[in-house]
Amino acid sequence: MSLYAPPGRTARKTKGWLKTHRWLLLRRSSQLGILALFLAGPWLGVWIVQGNLSASITLDLLPLTDPLLLLQSMLSGSMPILSGALGALIVVAFYALVGGRVFCSWVCPVNPITDLAEWLRRRLDLRASARLSRDLRYWVLALVLILPLATGTMAFESFNPVSMTHRGLIFGMGLAWLVLGGVFLFDLLVARHGWCGHLCPIGAFYGLIGNRALLRVRADGRERCDDCMDCFAVCPEPQVIKPALKGADKGMGPVVLDMNCTNCGRCIDVCPQNVFRFGTRLRNRSDAADPRVRYTHQPRKVS
Amino acid sequence: MQGGTGLEWQFSARMNANERKARLSRRQFLGETLKTACGVGLFGLGLGLYAQRASALPAWAIRPPGAIAEEDFNGACIRCGLCVRDCPFDMLHLAELGQPIPTGTPYFIARDKGCEMCEDIPCVAACPTNALSHDLTDIEKARMGLAVLVDQENCIAFRGLRCEVCYQVCPIKDQAITLDRQHNQRSGKHAMFVPVVHSDRCTGCGKCEEACILERAAIKVLPMHLAKGELGHHYRLGWEQKQQAGGSLVSPDPEHRYNLPEGMRYEHGGRGLIQEGTAPGPGEAAPIPDNPLETLNRKGPL
Repeated sequence: MSLYAPPGRTARKTKGWLKTHRWLLLRRSSQLGILALFLAGPWLGVWIVQGNLSASITLDLLPLTDPLLLLQSMLSGSMPILSGALGALIVVAFYALVGGRVFCSWVCPVNPITDLAEWLRRRLDLRASARLSRDLRYWVLALVLILPLATGTMAFESFNPVSMTHRGLIFGMGLAWLVLGGVFLFDLLVARHGWCGHLCPIGAFYGLIGNRALLRVRADGRERCDDCMDCFAVCPEPQVIKPALKGADKGMGPVVLDMNCTNCGRCIDVCPQNVFRFGTRLRNRSDAADPRVRYTHQPRKVS
Repeated sequence: MQGGTGLEWQFSARMNANERKARLSRRQFLGETLKTACGVGLFGLGLGLYAQRASALPAWAIRPPGAIAEEDFNGACIRCGLCVRDCPFDMLHLAELGQPIPTGTPYFIARDKGCEMCEDIPCVAACPTNALSHDLTDIEKARMGLAVLVDQENCIAFRGLRCEVCYQVCPIKDQAITLDRQHNQRSGKHAMFVPVVHSDRCTGCGKCEEACILERAAIKVLPMHLAKGELGHHYRLGWEQKQQAGGSLVSPDPEHRYNLPEGMRYEHGGRGLIQEGTAPGPGEAAPIPDNPLETLNRKGPL
């Protein structure tokens, strides 16, 4: 295919623009909304949330703490106080339920930047990409946890683009633009999905937290799949789709179980056959499509 | 983009290749793992060294009250900025990337705006870790640094001018900074009121440095390790040891003999010349007081 064909074009024809961008719009609203909550204080004087993604207090009541940062802090030999530990537990419990990497696609401020890089890659037809292992992120995560043990400081925090971006937007960027720009260019020119999909230790950590998460994308309508590949093209972690979508004859259930699925819902958006939907990880029998799903505008494929 | 059958082809091709792969897998696995480990290790080394360099705090940046020792602070602080938000006076900042302060950690600059020493210490209360120690409940026990009158050449008090601004603004007035009266040798007839900082009371809040009237402050808050010396740990001060032991540890002090008139004796360490038998009661003036000025100023014949 020589001309640029955006994934989701077929879906847009059958479902309309809004429905092919539903989860994307919701996701951007979530990302912007969370940022707006943090910025309402310093910009407008409306103090709903104080702090930043590293640790925050909502309405002077709800403490939230970045569990990975707290872990690094503890490894460097410092114990948190009750509110800090409680905040981390709340965050861990939440992501353990809804999917760890929900943080990546619904909260993280770097995600729109790397998404922009990926969008530009498709637009400019940049296909060259360094081959990195998707497991590299676990090495980086190990490194991030070893460094405080070895040096007594949170070494990764002098580079961490995620906390730096979020803190920077609220408290002042300084040269953090350079790190953010670096991540963007890395994703655009060096490796496709390079940062979020291969290197980011925060994503790796949240992935591990959400390994058994309840909320999952399900390919319940997989027998309708017409192999258009749009979901693979649009997915930031395409390896997670295959077992659920194509594993029926190998006895695999329709639930996307891979912990690196970010629950972004883009596959749901772009699928013209309405194969995917959000659901739970329960009832993952290979032969059972979810009986709750009823699609009216697409006739069921006779198998 | 691949067509419909491509995917199934990939699937079967991969399954057929599995056997061949299995034979090579150990060597491949070890090789790949070593490569990754080396890469990540080198990156980590760089990051660690950079972080070590970047975690030195310059002397002009002062940590909020209760901050634990700097080498521990960089591990404990999770850079959330809640202390900055809870400061009612907006004098705390988070370091930005590019500043020579560990990125994201809180600091203030005394010359710009010192710490107002809130009694409830909201910055400490807000800290979700123990980077700002929650053991600090009395703000007067905070030790953010120590004010030092570093430039005695430009401080106008040393030139015999009445300034005393640092003394007046000090939140622990007349204790953390006192005024030492000294003779003004230039004029020969005036006093100099020289500010003296006492480390047992100074919290390092920086109000003195903020208020100093010079173009550049003569009194500055410095980190403790720069401001203070440290006595050799083997040092023992004889007079303290003597007091603890209740007497001389070496040999009894020889009694000093004065050639005094009969009925008079001299007491070291306080009362001075004493007329035997007429020990003065409280409030009653001694016939020959300790302070010679009192004798001179006393009315009547000596």
